[in-house]
Amino acid sequence: MDRRTTIKWTLAAGVAAAAGVPLPAAATAATTPAAAPPGARGYGTDPDLTATYHSGELWPLTLSAAQRRLAATLADLIIPADERSPSASAVGVVDFIDEWVSAPYPAGRRDRPVVLDGLAWLDAEAVRRHGKGFAELHSKEQHAICDEICDESRAVPERREVAHFFAVYRDLTAGGFYSTPVGRKDLGYIGNVASASFEGPPAQLIAKLGLS
Amino acid sequence: MPFVTAKSQRSEYDVIVIGSGAAGGQAAYTLALEGARVLMLEAGRNYAPQTETPMFQTPELAPLGAVGTPDKPFGFYDATIDGGWEVPGEPYVRASEEPGGRFEWWRPRMLGGRTNHWGRISLRNGPYDFKPRTRDGLGFDWPIVYEDLRPYYDKVELLIGVFGSNEGLENTPNSSPGCLLPPPPPLLSDLLFRQRARRLGIPVIPGHKAVLTQPLDYRNNPARLHPGNLQAQKLIAEDMRARAACAWATPCARGCSLRANYQSTTVHLPPALKSGNLDIATDAMVYEVTLDGRGRASGVSYVDKKSGAHRRAAARVVVLAAGACESVRILLNSKSARFPQGLANTSGLLGRYLMDTVGSSLRGQIPLLESLPPLNEDAADGDQTYVPWWLYREQHAGKLSFARGYHIEYGGGRRMPGYGTASGLERLTQGSYGLKFKQDMRRYYGSFVSFDGRGEMIPNDQSYCEIDTQVKDKWGIPVLRFHWGWSAHERGQAAHMQRTFAAIIDAMGGHPFEPVETDGAKAISPGGLMIHEVGGAMMGSDPAKSVTNSWSQTWEVPNLFIADGAVFVSNADKNPTLTIMALAWRTADHILERMRRKEL
Repeated sequence: MDRRTTIKWTLAAGVAAAAGVPLPAAATAATTPAAAPPGARGYGTDPDLTATYHSGELWPLTLSAAQRRLAATLADLIIPADERSPSASAVGVVDFIDEWVSAPYPAGRRDRPVVLDGLAWLDAEAVRRHGKGFAELHSKEQHAICDEICDESRAVPERREVAHFFAVYRDLTAGGFYSTPVGRKDLGYIGNVASASFEGPPAQLIAKLGLS
Repeated sequence: MPFVTAKSQRSEYDVIVIGSGAAGGQAAYTLALEGARVLMLEAGRNYAPQTETPMFQTPELAPLGAVGTPDKPFGFYDATIDGGWEVPGEPYVRASEEPGGRFEWWRPRMLGGRTNHWGRISLRNGPYDFKPRTRDGLGFDWPIVYEDLRPYYDKVELLIGVFGSNEGLENTPNSSPGCLLPPPPPLLSDLLFRQRARRLGIPVIPGHKAVLTQPLDYRNNPARLHPGNLQAQKLIAEDMRARAACAWATPCARGCSLRANYQSTTVHLPPALKSGNLDIATDAMVYEVTLDGRGRASGVSYVDKKSGAHRRAAARVVVLAAGACESVRILLNSKSARFPQGLANTSGLLGRYLMDTVGSSLRGQIPLLESLPPLNEDAADGDQTYVPWWLYREQHAGKLSFARGYHIEYGGGRRMPGYGTASGLERLTQGSYGLKFKQDMRRYYGSFVSFDGRGEMIPNDQSYCEIDTQVKDKWGIPVLRFHWGWSAHERGQAAHMQRTFAAIIDAMGGHPFEPVETDGAKAISPGGLMIHEVGGAMMGSDPAKSVTNSWSQTWEVPNLFIADGAVFVSNADKNPTLTIMALAWRTADHILERMRRKEL
């Protein structure tokens, strides 16, 4: 998806200008840098593998405060808090996504315009429907938009590209979330600890699955 | 000049070993422990697994969740330094970019080479694998038989530590008593795989992998490794005691600071250095084997990459172990009035008959494995089970459309979640998000399985490398140009893999998680992607039809040997590393014997 596509979506949505409503900051900011990949350098072929790295340390980040708020809203719609674990934004997923779309590597460059244009579309669509930015909508209104774009295979043709954005964004959100200690615990991953022995699965479980 | 050991290079050595991976490590180990003075030259930097290995680091500590990038193709934590299919400043040329005609060349640039990150699957070639032409009329026979290499397979297993079992299956040799360590217990997904595949007549047996499931037998192994050499026995016994057994955690591909798996830098080089007989120079890019007035190898020329200076080293014997294609490149670039086509190339076969492994993969999703309770399934990082090639009889009877076999590497279990854990899940979830998505993730996590087919490629005339007439690397050394082609045998095999994987997934009650590709040309991975490239300087019994004799000694230059995969005559489905090490040990023994007889 490129900037032209965003403009096309925006026009299709009947937008802001026609409705006399100013575009939220996130939407306008997003359309500008989307097509321009960052000139930053990667970590090279011999990075220190034992160091701890933080988002924004290796290359400059992209998202404005308004875009981060929108990014967090969508990430938390995808992975909200429940009784077992907190929401995506609570464990730094927005930092992860910002690092990803700012990275000087092919995957980041591929996803950058998809994510930035997709976030801009969300705001534009929110303005078109309700006259305010996506992050300001009621949860029910946010869900109504997401329900139309959450499944690429079932999306109506004019929503297919933005449904692709949603799929990419869900992968990024989940990728960021399940890469953290909180995400690993949520899934019941209990490895990565040194043990003196490995006994294999318990006999009762083997029997329960009919694998004795 | 960065020397790992000596402050400066000696004026002459008994043996120069070029390369520090499986072949160089094994050759240098055997030579040094038996008393030869060895200089090892490595093109990459020094590497210290004890301090550099990210053992328990988790993805959130790395950039981008530790996913692979062009700088680190197998992920941030993979034990590859300055390596990949592209190495900055060290180009190569592909004669074709067409699918099926494309070859990609993996190179590491670090001490220990690719043994730091390799998959550690350690399978023996069987008797058929040394005489394939006799069996089906295709390719070439080796000048040796399985029995020639059997004692060296035993030795390598006793030294490096390999888990596995002896099943007595056709062309899948048993190891001698005491060689193998016990395999880890199977995971739930392994048990399901075994139960259902067997219903299809497909045998599922424990994998063979260079991981210490228990400490090595330091009381008995040393005497079997170095009979009659008490000093070497004492040294290696001490070193074996210093290697820890597996801690049942952290991926082997990161390397292991506990020394619980095999990598040259943790297994071959420490005892070889302790012997006092090994000097190692890193950042030393060898480009030529030099000759004396009689046409014998006098040493090598290399670039010190740190200073850019050109240097020489001298020895009675030169052993090439730079990796099949790099060794071929050095020989082709060693041109002289006496050898205008490159050294050891009178046959014109240098660079010819390159082979990789036939690779094809399929993932499946298995409902029976959904929503299981938390279990630690890190085990020994996978490969508890595998399928050796099982259709020898059908194939020999002409019932298959392709001539050679493949084995299946199987993956499953509750591996550490990461960036890809959720990828593509909407195929199962109708695009769920919110609380439902979290529940879906908990349901499906651990229910995915993967099948990787690894098959034998038959050598062909289209697959070779030569020196490019124009392109040079950043030190001015002419580079390789690669040509590649598959035959109908490899394509037929890849299609058979896909159909077999789909049938097993079905028998496990699951569904393929990606399209089943039954067009072999599309199912096959591009050349070089399996990183099993071997051949290019094949051994033989006729100087007109081979580059070396059966001892990996070049026909033209008696004190020049090739210890790496370049001498392979065929590339059985079995991963080549164990065979490379067994051949390197055998070659080193032969060099020692000839040096004792003053023939070298």
